[in-house]
Amino acid sequence: MSEMEIRKDTPIDIDEGDSGIVLDDVERGLYDFKDEEREEDFFKVDEGLTEEIVKEISAAKHDPEWMLDFRLKSLEIYNRLKVPVWGPPIDGLDMAKIITYVRPKTDMKADWSEVPEDIKNAFEKLGIPKAERESLAGVGAQYDSELVYHNVREDVAKLGVVYTDMESAITGEYEDLVKKHFMKLVPPTDHKFAALHGAVWSGGSFVYVPKGVKVDIPLQSYFRLNAPGAGQFEHTLIIVEEGADVHFIEGCSAPKYNIANLHAGCVELYVGKNAHLRYSTIENWSKNMYNLNTKRAICEEGGTIEWISGSFGSHESYLYPTSILKGDGSHAEFTGVTFAGKGQNLDTGARMVHIGKNTSSFIDTKSICKSGGISTYRSSVEISSSAEGSKASVNCGSLMLDSISRSDTVPAMEVSTDKADVGHEAKIGKIDDDAVFYLMSRGIREAEARAMIVSGFANPVSKELPLEYAAEMNNLIKLEMEQG
Amino acid sequence: MALLEIKNLTAGIEEGEILHGVNLNVNAGETHVLMGPNGAGKSTLGNVIMGSPAYNITSGSIILDGEDITKLSANERAKRGLFMSFQNPLEVPGLSLEAFLRSAIREQTGKPVRFFQYKKDIEEICKLLDMDESYVERDLNVGFSGGEKKKAEIFQLLMLKPKLAILDETDSGLDVDAVRTVSKGVEHFAKQGGALIVITHSTRILEALKVDHTHVLVKGKIAAEGGADMVDEINANGFEKWVK
Ligand SMILES: Nc1ncnc2c1ncn2[C@@H]1O[C@H](COP(=O)(O)OP(=O)(O)OP(=O)(O)O)[C@@H](O)[C@H]1O
Ligand SMILES: [Mg+2]
Repeated sequence: MSEMEIRKDTPIDIDEGDSGIVLDDVERGLYDFKDEEREEDFFKVDEGLTEEIVKEISAAKHDPEWMLDFRLKSLEIYNRLKVPVWGPPIDGLDMAKIITYVRPKTDMKADWSEVPEDIKNAFEKLGIPKAERESLAGVGAQYDSELVYHNVREDVAKLGVVYTDMESAITGEYEDLVKKHFMKLVPPTDHKFAALHGAVWSGGSFVYVPKGVKVDIPLQSYFRLNAPGAGQFEHTLIIVEEGADVHFIEGCSAPKYNIANLHAGCVELYVGKNAHLRYSTIENWSKNMYNLNTKRAICEEGGTIEWISGSFGSHESYLYPTSILKGDGSHAEFTGVTFAGKGQNLDTGARMVHIGKNTSSFIDTKSICKSGGISTYRSSVEISSSAEGSKASVNCGSLMLDSISRSDTVPAMEVSTDKADVGHEAKIGKIDDDAVFYLMSRGIREAEARAMIVSGFANPVSKELPLEYAAEMNNLIKLEMEQG
Repeated sequence: MALLEIKNLTAGIEEGEILHGVNLNVNAGETHVLMGPNGAGKSTLGNVIMGSPAYNITSGSIILDGEDITKLSANERAKRGLFMSFQNPLEVPGLSLEAFLRSAIREQTGKPVRFFQYKKDIEEICKLLDMDESYVERDLNVGFSGGEKKKAEIFQLLMLKPKLAILDETDSGLDVDAVRTVSKGVEHFAKQGGALIVITHSTRILEALKVDHTHVLVKGKIAAEGGADMVDEINANGFEKWVK
């Protein structure tokens, strides 16, 4: 989420009451298996959030001194800030009941065969690390709060590319680099959940691509939140140096439980001069998840950030990746699809901040809602007076699959120079019955015909994804469509 | 036994009846022409035969190969060998013609598509229709010109190989050369034993075909029937004598 319109003066207390959300989740077979693990094998901190807990997390993680201080300061800010009031209601979220830190019973492994059997099975079912063997330069797998597996291909490592878990990064030779960048782009003061993240963050990946290095196959991280009533607060920090190029993919999923889970991760991306970073996400959290994630990128001169985003799961989402176009001639693109089904309220979009001259940004989003789902597209394009010669274009389409669902568009533009070129186009539509009949007249079943039309609508996003992810996305659409 | 038997069919929309008791029989391999003034109900008849949910059938029945298909959904009818080339083919962004056809063939046959045979079919049919193969990679009908859409319909016809195809004004909006290539495709279909109901306002598409029967639909009723020569008669004199 971003700092858009957060009003700090409106008191909203997080509901102390029942946090049990019972939803008819779709049978997402693949994702919904639960590992009925032996709870005693896990280290968990008590529910709720206190200074003691933050200290406990910090000690368990062997934080350096500065990180403990940072966490405690963030906790202070967290206690001070109010919950944002402009997005979907999040009063089903009872912070006193969210377990902030769940550490799996294993250390991080670089050899897949050493990962414990049950966790390994969970990931094998999700196709990891099969995908790694086939098409990835490096893979990280996070289970609950910690990374359980991390590996990067030797030839890629030889180029000086660093891909490691945040904990190793912060305690090892990259400590200074991390310290210089950690939560500088998204400070804990940004909003309440950023502060929460600063206090209890755990897990996540650190990527460093040295000057001029082009990694031509993607790096991938997979996040799996398995424990009921837990929060996941991974931190992803990527630094792409001048002229370098990398594609990072993140996948997320969780099985469904009848109590609320929270995801308040943070992604900070630093794109150097003339560098290129593509950041792809397929998110399929279970429908008891509050997904309050913050993602932000900053681009130096001539740098490019490309976001590809597919949001399917979660009960409620606030997700607006921000691109700060600081350097002259830098460029940002956001391509996203959001699918809100029954019981879901997904508030997604993007934010573009133009500061440098001749910067350009392009937003293309598709949202789909069905069975009473609410999908809100929210964007903000800000062109500061310094950003002469800049261009921005926003294109958002929504598809409402029935009359009980809702689709809203809240685009904001703030242009402080008249030497800029901005365009905006919004379309809200329904599935054309004639088109359904047309496809059916060729032998295609009605449900399939509808799914094909919806997948086609989302195609601008899926065609940007690597093949196996595109297939996963189409599969998710099909599963959603086949639910009543 | 007729391939298609339409018995006393009445159908319409909520606002009123459009077809008032239509009878029509087509035998396997025959070519029928359906003519009639604008608004007579020709497209409606085609759509009702194909199973469009936009129309309600209030009485009568549609029998295909001895089976009553009056209540079947469009996809079930397609599976049993019906096809319609639409007067206005629909556009589906993000769905390629090729991927769409592959699904359709899989659904109709219940078997996965055999890749090499499929590729070969595409190649041959594109050649026959003088169609650039790149069209099949494009989104279904999106940005196709009117003529290209009609060609793509015939392309689908030849790929799907139904028993009976209804062609709803497939020749309208085509330039002279395009009519010739589309006719070639339709002729190919007929020669392989496919039956046709050709809805048309012109004769150009019929030149390459051997017409067996002509039906004239006026105000939702079959007003006259005849052989191949009836087409020329209509061209010379219009529908005047049936429109009272
Ligand atoms: N879905 C519909 N909703 C409303 N009216 C309809 C619908 N379908 C057909 N009609 C009406 O029914 C009548 C027959 O239409 P139809 O399209 O079948 O004519 P047609 O014979 O194909 O004409 P043309 O030669 O112009 O294509 C027309 O008056 C038309 O307006
Ligand atoms: Mg018509």
